[in-house]
Amino acid sequence: MNYLSIKNNQRVALESIPTLAYEVFYHEVVTHLMTGEDAHCVNYFGIPSGKEVKLICCIANDALGTIQVVATLADPEKMIPSLSSKIMAFHAFEREIHENFGIQYVDHPWLKPIRYPFDRATKQCQISNYPFYKIESEELHEVGVGPIHAGVIEPGHFRFICNGEQILHLEIQLGYQHRGLEHLFVEKKGLLQRATLAENIAGDTVVGHTSTFANVWESLCGFTASEKLQFDRALALEHERIAIHTGDLSAICTDVAYQLGSSVFGRLRTPVINYFQQWCGNRLAKSLIRPGKTNFPSTPQLAEKWFEVFHAYEPHFTEMALQMFDLPSVLSRIEKTGVVSRETALDIGAVGMAARASGLKRDVRSSHPTGYYEKTSYQPIMGQVGDVHARSKIRFDEINTSIAFIKNMLNQMPQPDGEIKPLDSPAPGSFVLSMTEGWRGEICHCAITGSKGELLLYKIKDPSFHNWLALALAVRNNEISDFPICNKSFNLSYCGHDL
Amino acid sequence: MLEVFKIWFHQGKQYIPDVTTVEVPGIFRGRPIITTQPIDEKQLVELCPTGAIGASPVSIDLGRCTFCGECAIQFPEKISFTKDFKLATNQRSRLIVKEGDMNPITVNPELIRKEIYRLFRGSLKLRQVSAGGDNSCEWELNAVSNVNFDMGRFGIEFVASPRHADGLVITGPITENMAEPLRIAYEATPEPKIIIVAGVDAISGGIFEGSPALNRSFLDKYPIALYIPGNPVHPLSFINGVLSLIRTKTK
Ligand code: SF4
Repeated sequence: MNYLSIKNNQRVALESIPTLAYEVFYHEVVTHLMTGEDAHCVNYFGIPSGKEVKLICCIANDALGTIQVVATLADPEKMIPSLSSKIMAFHAFEREIHENFGIQYVDHPWLKPIRYPFDRATKQCQISNYPFYKIESEELHEVGVGPIHAGVIEPGHFRFICNGEQILHLEIQLGYQHRGLEHLFVEKKGLLQRATLAENIAGDTVVGHTSTFANVWESLCGFTASEKLQFDRALALEHERIAIHTGDLSAICTDVAYQLGSSVFGRLRTPVINYFQQWCGNRLAKSLIRPGKTNFPSTPQLAEKWFEVFHAYEPHFTEMALQMFDLPSVLSRIEKTGVVSRETALDIGAVGMAARASGLKRDVRSSHPTGYYEKTSYQPIMGQVGDVHARSKIRFDEINTSIAFIKNMLNQMPQPDGEIKPLDSPAPGSFVLSMTEGWRGEICHCAITGSKGELLLYKIKDPSFHNWLALALAVRNNEISDFPICNKSFNLSYCGHDL
Repeated sequence: MLEVFKIWFHQGKQYIPDVTTVEVPGIFRGRPIITTQPIDEKQLVELCPTGAIGASPVSIDLGRCTFCGECAIQFPEKISFTKDFKLATNQRSRLIVKEGDMNPITVNPELIRKEIYRLFRGSLKLRQVSAGGDNSCEWELNAVSNVNFDMGRFGIEFVASPRHADGLVITGPITENMAEPLRIAYEATPEPKIIIVAGVDAISGGIFEGSPALNRSFLDKYPIALYIPGNPVHPLSFINGVLSLIRTKTK
């Protein structure tokens, strides 16, 4: 075997990852690992190794429930063939490797900057001179939107090429939100500092990213989270999903000018996020998840409170959602708008809710379950058409599923933990990969430690990293006035992408 | 149609009648109180992830505090967080709460520009700029306009264009990559204008303080009208903060 096969969250010795010559590595990835629909790349990144760069590629196989890891050494002085020319889903990973380390690809189809990190290989690339795709024609015009958008949202630049009202091409330029997160993870040594960083990767996915970090850290330290800790994390994850999906339904209604839906879903979200406030003192669950412990364990009183909140929520939510999905004026705006076909989703490596809405089964909870999910046999909710309607409907279905899931959980709350053993220090020379199904989809963090157990690399991948391209492709041939609704239906993260 | 009426009817009243006095449900970490009890200060200072805690006398800088609550958990006899969500002030130094300080945090009327009360007390339009914000403050700033918090009732609104705005609300630690767009947005805003910095990341950089990917020089160049702490800013902190700025009569 030319690769190392691991499980989600498993700690392995860094040395045990086979490092192959680039040609062998290339062949291995293309012909042996990326086989069939179940295989997809969950992370591919570089780490400096002398004058060369060690590239580590992690391919998950959803049918086997394993992740295949293989490495190679690349020399920035030499041109190498790109995986993207064979498999499009690698495009963003290779662009990042090129941007960070100056690795040159002979045949990368779209070798453009990703996020303009402060430590990029060349400062000649400036965010103000991004090389946008152009089409010369007297009939076409360009529309530039951003980086600052009309609403209270994060920045990013969208450049449309339109024929009249119709979008022919959209290019999305990101990087405005780059805060140097991965660098800070290594730089800041305190565990609470790192947990705080994890909470700030994407403030709308606090539970998703922080529990992934907690899993990575605990695995590095050889700590097994208690049943209660695992329970609390799954509870928070599903609750976060309900909160954000509800808010998204409100936002989708806003963008089709459906005032009633916008207000009702908006106000329904309030008690859901206030529940986090009651649980841990923060509406977005900051401070809730910590490696090796929690300051705010769930209690029977909190469980009771949860039932109270959802007793009030459910009938109003259901009545509003049924109305929304039955209203011709809403349906005419969301049906057949912003379609991502299953084939496209597969090609670009789409993940999470957006992939499932297109009929592509990608759900870490069922394919690579860890913690509490290992004990469940979670069945992913699937859509088919991949339009705005499908991405809205899947939220409705997932809210209902998560509510049922939590109800089931709360009926069997594990005993509170006694004294929890403090965390040891991270094991030296190790590699850990951890995946979590956040509300957007697959979150993947990787960590590498050095000879003294110090953190050498912390690599973060938000599902948005894959899915921004899905948005760009979804809007083709749609009217430009439908862009906001397409955008909302994905609700991707800028900061999670830019790091 | 009947269904729609039913839905309307079921909503009842959702707005918070008085946003200045309402109590936040559950746990809320608002303005801290620090007792004068002696403790191991070194240990306390070191546990804070953002260096918000100062020693002798012990103090917490709300402009750097992420409200994680760890200090109050480790040193309950020394630090406690009250449910007071009125955290905003126009004086950076007032964000530092010292041992024994039990006073509310307020704006200093002396420092408010005269035209603010005259021009903005009944209508204030704001342009929000996220400059590396993690989308949590942005979420809460959207929530201030929802039917529960309903900031619009005070004539305070977010607008799409800086040309229509009376000021900017900055969230996020201000990344290098957003420094220029932020400056352009500020210049596009007509005078007189104000700058509000919302959330720990914007006020001090928060956990990102010192990151080489930031460029915070904007804040040194222009006067800041209001600092609103939080991680993220709570809608009630925001609304009350802005109201205190525009409704305080100045001489
Ligand atoms: S609550 Fe604030 S002061 Fe206390 S440890 Fe957390 S960040 Fe520091």
